[in-house]
Amino acid sequence: MNPLLAAPIEDQLAQLAVRPPRGFADRVVARVSTVVGPTGPLRVAWTASGICAVEFASRLGDADFAARVRERFGRPVLPADRPLPGLVAAARTGNARRLAFDLTGLTPFEVAVLEATLAIPVGEIRPYGWVAEEIGRPRAVRAVGSALGRNPVPVLIPCHRVTRSDGSIGNYGGGPAMKEALLRAERVNLDEVAELAAVGVHYVGSTTTKIFCLPSCRHARQVAARNRLGFRDLREAGSAGYRPCEDCRPGLRRSA
Amino acid sequence: MTRDGLQRFRARGVLEAVQGATADSEDELCRRLAGDLDAGFAELVATYGSLVCTVAARATFGNEETEDLAAEAFLRAYRALRGYDAARIRELRLRPWLVTIALNVARNARRAASRHPRADSLAVTGEPVARGRDVAELAETADAAGELAKRLAALPAKQRLAVVLRYVADLPVPEIAAVMACPEGTARSHVARGLAALRAAYGADRTSQARPAGRRGGQEPDR
Repeated sequence: MNPLLAAPIEDQLAQLAVRPPRGFADRVVARVSTVVGPTGPLRVAWTASGICAVEFASRLGDADFAARVRERFGRPVLPADRPLPGLVAAARTGNARRLAFDLTGLTPFEVAVLEATLAIPVGEIRPYGWVAEEIGRPRAVRAVGSALGRNPVPVLIPCHRVTRSDGSIGNYGGGPAMKEALLRAERVNLDEVAELAAVGVHYVGSTTTKIFCLPSCRHARQVAARNRLGFRDLREAGSAGYRPCEDCRPGLRRSA
Repeated sequence: MTRDGLQRFRARGVLEAVQGATADSEDELCRRLAGDLDAGFAELVATYGSLVCTVAARATFGNEETEDLAAEAFLRAYRALRGYDAARIRELRLRPWLVTIALNVARNARRAASRHPRADSLAVTGEPVARGRDVAELAETADAAGELAKRLAALPAKQRLAVVLRYVADLPVPEIAAVMACPEGTARSHVARGLAALRAAYGADRTSQARPAGRRGGQEPDR
């Protein structure tokens, strides 16, 4: 016999109370923590949906960072009891692809740009036009640059890995010097890319595999010097019978 | 995800803990909010999470997710507090204030939902909220509680609100009157009429059954 059937109605009503699920407070409160980044400490904020703000500790104090997050998200901001799982490793390695991000307030275009950028591997760089193609907006190269300039979660979403196709490093919210420091910290072959760009080479092919890559692609860097072949553009690579690398996807849609 | 996380009380322990937040500790919480808004607010969420979730789930019976409504209510409360000066925060009557915000949020969500119906919204109003709970544990109470929840949902809005605030959320009558913006006597009569209607509809066929010894017997929640 169900004891509730006979309980006074007031007690049965009390049974209808609803208790918040575990971790409910984090639906309301944003957490902040300082973690070790590739070039120095980073301040990181997150909500229950994911990481929502990142700043170089050298550029913004603890309290100012919290105030900025509070202002932007209209939430209480408190120090985290423990770092978000995966955050420490992601900040150290530069690979944050498994972390969730809270990109509330950004446009769908900006979100698409940041998602494509998140997929750029550690130690590699991509031109702005590559991001534009990845998101299916090949002509929106400048807009990609602006969207990356507003990246609220730098380093973790690696907008520093998007550079100019002429081999120069391009703009960065934290300053070009910071951008270069980040790229050198993850051992991008910046000098080689710049040298190739200076002589008009933007793609590197392997004469053994007949595959061509962006010059910073890990596959391109493994090609022995005697097997390397430079291309100025996609047409040159295509007419030589080379196919694009499936990892760095040079000119994914244009070449199709 | 959100719906699954919600759990119904097995016993009245947690609500009694909320009720135990006497006027003194509510004043203390107000003082802390006035001193350090963000730290105080985390305490506020911990103290009144059950109250706000209960109101969101039971006093509205809308189609929105309870947890989403409750979180939104707390965010509105925080944004309001940011605009209040310390003196105003110290004077707040937190429970009726939070309940009022939660009711407004639920009302707005219902309006928005009726303009843009959601594919995954609950079709049956008054459906038991608890999900993802141990099945055997739920089965014991689900039938009776679900039935009561439906009866409750069918009450006229004012009676339903008054009964939910009094007996589900365990608010004292003066605070119910504050939420309903009416005299205490009126609030009390909404409670009494709602309870009588529930008894007439629901309790009549139970009277022949014997009450079990122990457990919830004897605790009259009336004040």
